Amino acid sequence: MATQLTERRKAEKRQTLVEFKDLQTIFETEAGTIRAVNGVSFQIREGETVCIVGESGSGKSVTALSLMRLISPPGKIVGGEIFFDGKDVLKLSEREMRHLRGNQVGMIFQEPMTSLNPVLTVGEQIMEPLMEHRLMTKSEARKQAIGLIEQVGIPRAAEIVDAYPHELSGGMRQRIMIAIALSCDPKLLIADEPTTALDVTIQAQILDLLRKLKEERNMALMLITHDLGVVAEMADYVIVMYGGRIVEEGYVLDIFRNPRHPYTEGLIKAKPVIGRRTERLYTIPGQVPNPINLPNHCYFADRCPYVMPACLERYPETTVDERGHKTACFRCAEGAER
Amino acid sequence: MFQYIIRRLMESVPTIIGASIVIFLAFSLAPGDVITANYTGGMNLTEERKAELRELYGLNKPLPERYGLWMGHVLQGDFGQSYLYNKPVTDVIKTFVWNSFLLSATVLVLQWMLALVIGVFSAVRQYSLFDSLVTVLVFVAMSLPSFFLGLLLLKLFAVDYRIFPLGGMTSTGVDYQGLQHILDVAYHMALPVLTLTLLSIGGTTRYFRMTMLEVVRQDYIRTARAKGLKERVVIFKHALRNALLPLITLFALELPGLFAGAIITERIFNWPGIGRVTLDGLYQRDYPLMMGFTLIIAFLTILANILADVLYGVADPRVRHR
Repeated sequence: MATQLTERRKAEKRQTLVEFKDLQTIFETEAGTIRAVNGVSFQIREGETVCIVGESGSGKSVTALSLMRLISPPGKIVGGEIFFDGKDVLKLSEREMRHLRGNQVGMIFQEPMTSLNPVLTVGEQIMEPLMEHRLMTKSEARKQAIGLIEQVGIPRAAEIVDAYPHELSGGMRQRIMIAIALSCDPKLLIADEPTTALDVTIQAQILDLLRKLKEERNMALMLITHDLGVVAEMADYVIVMYGGRIVEEGYVLDIFRNPRHPYTEGLIKAKPVIGRRTERLYTIPGQVPNPINLPNHCYFADRCPYVMPACLERYPETTVDERGHKTACFRCAEGAER
Repeated sequence: MFQYIIRRLMESVPTIIGASIVIFLAFSLAPGDVITANYTGGMNLTEERKAELRELYGLNKPLPERYGLWMGHVLQGDFGQSYLYNKPVTDVIKTFVWNSFLLSATVLVLQWMLALVIGVFSAVRQYSLFDSLVTVLVFVAMSLPSFFLGLLLLKLFAVDYRIFPLGGMTSTGVDYQGLQHILDVAYHMALPVLTLTLLSIGGTTRYFRMTMLEVVRQDYIRTARAKGLKERVVIFKHALRNALLPLITLFALELPGLFAGAIITERIFNWPGIGRVTLDGLYQRDYPLMMGFTLIIAFLTILANILADVLYGVADPRVRHR
């Protein structure tokens, strides 16, 4: 407990690197407006690992892509602010934005098989941001690219630099993606489900690599995942999203030891535990709500085992306890009042 | 790679033999021959004279023998004698094919360059005013028949406003040399080139737009943007290179068309090209000319197919020929 507290104190001294303030990102479709991200606010401090957890369609990736301003039509950011290093990202010019992407913020994606350009060598693809942002010459960038390939743990870097993506395995491609994202020493790395498409053994290697590189470079990591195992292993701080909103956030140990929101509780219960055999794994009953026409009460109400009349009247406010653990649930609000 | 090409060439031998048989039968079995065609005055000949002439041209022999004779000569590079021009078929083709080539090559370059620019921009700005406008204009141009568009342009630019000449390849009565000759030919080419480009650009533009739309949705385009690259680099380096891959085949298969001539357009603009010559040949049942020409185009088409596959291997690292 004592070590945990000192860790936390250390964390709180760190400068805020990214701050989302009431972010609203919507997708206008023919069927209606999808509020993919609906009033999301949180912070990422320098050197901190923040995991965003949630089911598919909960708005995790859209939150990350909003920071990169890579939301493509029909999606658009309609409200809120995102500060990166003190600058309001949503007000930057396209030119300034390009300087941010790939240079101060690196990003890796879920599908290593399709995220690399099939007709360019991996070396060329690592060299591009170096030449764009660091203004390196071709030969300098190539030397740097070989170094980066070594750093992400691929042997025979001098040969691999001239390989095409199809000649590499999924794990190697994801390593190349990491090399691209890290090429310009970003302050923040966004990893959008970086291990979902990989085998379990490769997953562990990639996570180890991310942790090692993050520590070496004192870089913040925004890790998007639906795998609580990954969260437990990597996170300093956890954000739980549901239906485009944050339902709970807190330090990783608080979330796992003392989940407040019934959804988080359900997620943790649904995680299989090694050595314990059960007839059936636990599942949260019901379905993710339709993102079009979300109800004006708590989105989780119809799946929640503790549902109360208030839950079906309005959306609960977010309450904060003395440890900084935030929850959007009436049960916690009552608890706080008591 | 070299071995691959050799193998492909060997494999195409049966194809070319098959094509030659089909071509030979199509023309030999068609009703009428050069003797009964109008220009020889076939109508007025007696039956005996016709038989005599058929004997002379070897047209009364059985079909397999005639095919064997024809192919034997073709293999030696002799496509026979054109009845219409009274010259060897190869000479006739040689005289006219380059005029057609000049026209078609100009059109091909214009067509692909314009289609690339227009297609890419309408894909990047999908559903914009520019995109809708291009889509409508492209369909209008595509759906006009060549004789209509050609005549319309002639009426407009050669009759009403006498900007361009009515037809032909050079001005009559003058003998320009050097640069003046080139300018004179270019001046005569303007209207046929415009006609053919307008007709062909539509389809190609749609292809470019379609493949670009498909490619810009790919994950690696998002990766390229996430690297902070300029939009120009994202579109023209990352997207276009991938979008061009399926178009390589389309392009290579248009190459034999460079030598085939544009039958109707050449007729309208009185362009001395191979297209016009083949049409005359058809009217006059000049079958040696027709057979020789068709066989050459068939051969070029097979070559173009091989070229398409080779180019595809060069452009796409995932395809490698062994």
